[in-house]
Amino acid sequence: MKITEQAVEQLALLSRLDLTAEDQTAHTKSINVILDYLDLLNKLDTSNVEPAAHVLPLKNVFREDRLQPSLAKELALANAPEEEAGAFKVPRIF
Amino acid sequence: MQLHTLLVHELSELMEKKEVSCEELTRDYLQRIGQVEDKIKAFLTVTKEEALAQARAMDEQRARGEALPPLAGIPMAINDNICTQGIKTTCASQILYNFIPPYDATAAARLKNAGAILVGKCNLDEFAMGSSTEHSAFYSTQNPFDPEAVPGGSGAAAAVAVGEAAFALGSDTGGSIRQSAAFCGVIGLKPTYGCVPRYGLISYASSLDQIGPITRDITDLALVLNTIAGRNAKDSTSASVDGPDFKKSLVNSVKGLRIGLPKEYFKTGLAPGVAAKLQEAVRKLVELGAVCEEVDMPHTEYAVPAHYIISCAEASSNLARYDGVRHGLRVEAEDVLGMFKKTRIRGFGAEVQRRIMLGTHALSTGNYEACYMKALKVRTLVKRDFERAFEKFDCLLTPTSPTTAFKIGAKAEDSLAMYQSEVFTIPVNLVGVPAMSLPFGIAEGLPVGLQLIARHFDEGTLLRVGYTLEQNTSEIRPKPGLSR
Amino acid sequence: MSRYEAVIGLEVHVELKTDTKLFCGCSTEFGQEPNTQVCPVCLGLPGGTGVLNKKVVELATKAGLALNCAIGTYTWFDRKNYYYPDLPKGFQISQVFRPIAYKGYLDIDVDGRTKRINITRAHIEEDPGKLAHAGGSIAASHTSYVDYNRSGMPLIEIVSEPEIRSGDEAKAYLEKLKAILEYTGVSDVKMEQGSLRCDANVSVRPVGTTTLGTRTEIKNMNSFRAVQQAIEYEVDRQIDVLEDGERVIQETRGWVENKGITITMRNKENPDYRCFIEPELDPIELTAEWIEGVRATIPELPDARRKRLVAEHGLPDYDAGVITSSLALAEFFDAALQKYPDAKTISNWIMGELLRLLNARNMELNEAKITPDGLASLLQLIEKGSISHKIGKEVFETMFEEGQEPEQIVKEKGLSQISDEGQLARIIEEVIAKNPKSVADFQSGKKQAIGFLVGQVMKATKGQANPGVVNTMLQEKLGK
Ligand SMILES: [Zn+2]
Repeated sequence: MKITEQAVEQLALLSRLDLTAEDQTAHTKSINVILDYLDLLNKLDTSNVEPAAHVLPLKNVFREDRLQPSLAKELALANAPEEEAGAFKVPRIF
Repeated sequence: MQLHTLLVHELSELMEKKEVSCEELTRDYLQRIGQVEDKIKAFLTVTKEEALAQARAMDEQRARGEALPPLAGIPMAINDNICTQGIKTTCASQILYNFIPPYDATAAARLKNAGAILVGKCNLDEFAMGSSTEHSAFYSTQNPFDPEAVPGGSGAAAAVAVGEAAFALGSDTGGSIRQSAAFCGVIGLKPTYGCVPRYGLISYASSLDQIGPITRDITDLALVLNTIAGRNAKDSTSASVDGPDFKKSLVNSVKGLRIGLPKEYFKTGLAPGVAAKLQEAVRKLVELGAVCEEVDMPHTEYAVPAHYIISCAEASSNLARYDGVRHGLRVEAEDVLGMFKKTRIRGFGAEVQRRIMLGTHALSTGNYEACYMKALKVRTLVKRDFERAFEKFDCLLTPTSPTTAFKIGAKAEDSLAMYQSEVFTIPVNLVGVPAMSLPFGIAEGLPVGLQLIARHFDEGTLLRVGYTLEQNTSEIRPKPGLSR
Repeated sequence: MSRYEAVIGLEVHVELKTDTKLFCGCSTEFGQEPNTQVCPVCLGLPGGTGVLNKKVVELATKAGLALNCAIGTYTWFDRKNYYYPDLPKGFQISQVFRPIAYKGYLDIDVDGRTKRINITRAHIEEDPGKLAHAGGSIAASHTSYVDYNRSGMPLIEIVSEPEIRSGDEAKAYLEKLKAILEYTGVSDVKMEQGSLRCDANVSVRPVGTTTLGTRTEIKNMNSFRAVQQAIEYEVDRQIDVLEDGERVIQETRGWVENKGITITMRNKENPDYRCFIEPELDPIELTAEWIEGVRATIPELPDARRKRLVAEHGLPDYDAGVITSSLALAEFFDAALQKYPDAKTISNWIMGELLRLLNARNMELNEAKITPDGLASLLQLIEKGSISHKIGKEVFETMFEEGQEPEQIVKEKGLSQISDEGQLARIIEEVIAKNPKSVADFQSGKKQAIGFLVGQVMKATKGQANPGVVNTMLQEKLGK
């Protein structure tokens, strides 16, 4: 399993990382070293094995529909890089 | 009095007898921090003022004749990926360089309510991605035994080892608690997944992350675990049972206990000094009446690659919330896309970027089955290895790490080698069972760690074996050169 | 007839009626100050982990059952990963792989026939926050503002099979869906408050073919009428594109209400949502017993109620359909019927006056002041002859606007019908005296002349005279 620089470019976009051309080359190289290693898994036949997304056999962990206090508005906004009129401010979307 | 060399339960006793005030205790630890922190750099934030204020408040409470909670006045350190209300929590990342949580992690809140006093937030690899603190965005922590060696993936163990805190809370996704405990000569427990609520632990890999205690002896471990374990209404993955009283597990006997020695952990790559100490520990346990036998765990070598994929996949998603909108770093740009990309490239270090992209790759259309699902299936196979072993054995004994603390710089540029340094601790996270690293003597000047692994929710057996070894050998509490 | 047929599937997002959000205890109340109903979980703060609201599972199951769906006995949550400022965690928690409900259907009326639209799935997911744009529109503004009060609100997304063939059918589907969800009590289904939202997938193909054409996804429709119009526009647009020998481009288009057109929404990349099982939440296992328990709580649904109104009360099917299309209307009907047991008369007043006034004032029934008891009293007054049918309508409007009892209105405005012969005799005398020609006409055999005379009496009494009594009295007076 090898990955091209173009594929890394696509991964960077999907991950919202503004990679420079140099970063891209470096990451492609190091990611390929790891992917080579991960190929080890293909030695195993897992065709009849169930996947395990969780480690504990928990299910139906519910909470009642009861109100809990929300954060005070000042605390909710305290970490905002930019705030205006009680809202989180962002630059234009498109 | 050299209070910082004392154990949690010894300090508690002094507090109870009113031989020391909270403020004295806190000042002693703060002074110790002032003494050694220049070299060790275990902390990202030292909370001097808050700690003193809290200590004074507790002294006043005592002066009024009110009963004090069980850990009253005990100075503690908390890893900087565990949220503490009003106190900067950075995950050792630029992207959270200024983040002040408006809430406490459940484990932190429980300790606070039990009277423990936070003296500082500990360094770690950025988002806990690493095993040496070399990937911290701010600086590296030093190993207290050797200024040229790494302390493991968290500064918390180093802080406890040199007496900057009486105990600490760390996090363990692939072995950070246990490996750093082993490298620094202290005790580190990764509890069963779900034993300690994860609410407030900044996620790296949600299905693998656990909060756990780092202490200097087993009694302390039981005390801290009693405080932090148990169900929490805010964490869906926290177990539905309340923890038992772990002090009841402080039993000085391993008679008849069946201990498995997984063959795959004793194969090539084990440093001779570590191997020798392991043999010694096995002999001691047999001498104390335990039955030690080898056991096959054939999928061990696949645990690291499976863990790699799962942790990166989950991380790629967990770290998507760092986008410059609600908290942390923002790099301005014309539009939102530009802001996201610039913020994240500036905010994350290279190792974190690499893991995000690897995880994105593993989950993307076309790779999902072959990569991510494959890893989840391999996880099942590793789980079965453990289930089979636990049919026969009460616990497993392995080295915590193939080597003692490696040199600073030795693996910093080699992502894969760094990851593989946790080869013996990683399978435990994949399966969610509890495991503890116990210091067992010194090899070539550095502490060696034993790893004990038990069934889900059987932390008690780990404490029992640890306690027995502690009572019957002198190997358990190595003192780093710095501590004198 | 067109050579093309439209292939339409609808994705409807419905907010479930809970007190708290999907994974945290923050309030779901609408219209509060921005960012005052948020916590570490729904604000996506580092370290926030949530726990599933049990009520959501119940309501989603209930909705699924009401839509004739099978209920998944083993389901879980997944993450759908994408970046957008209103999405605080950088992923949306949804049910991608195993929806809680699947394979259902609902029946709609099209041109007097019943058509079945199959429902692919209904799954639980969380709502993102809300963006406001400084320049009004997303494209025109250089700054946007995010309010996360809505973030983490519980939704179900109901996905239909592409079996809808026109804007009319789409509207009928939405109306039926809304009625069912309203009857079931799982949602407020208020489109204007965003508790019901609809996107449409639209494609066209030559009649007689079965392969699907390239589809577009239409967004930003704020009413059922808009959905209908947007679909009609988009179908025509796609046919024009094909007729011009060009290709339909697969894209997302936005409905521009004031221009009545759909336009391309800018889209920079192909989404790859990288969905995977949510590791922080556990699976949901539902037993057959539990599911049946939920089924038992489902009230009578619109179709059944409509049939009952026809069978038990002899209403025309059309009337029954209109009355049961909204729970409020159906309940109004039932309540009025309790007090005034003439179904057809009540139906006539609901279909006539009530709906006319609601439509004219663009109001919901609960905003009108008239009560079912009030309507029943009004009908009794008319039946007793205390007021005429015509005056009744006037009184109805007053009740609709101001909500008094009909007796009171009649009394205050002096509208009661005059049946008292003594009182009428005087007026009749006057009318006879003033209209000798009509009197002569009548007496010479032109029987229809009496109508004019009755009219004059009515006029003199401002419509309050009882026309039947007047007629009889005139005939007697004028010697038949
Ligand atoms: Zn919330």
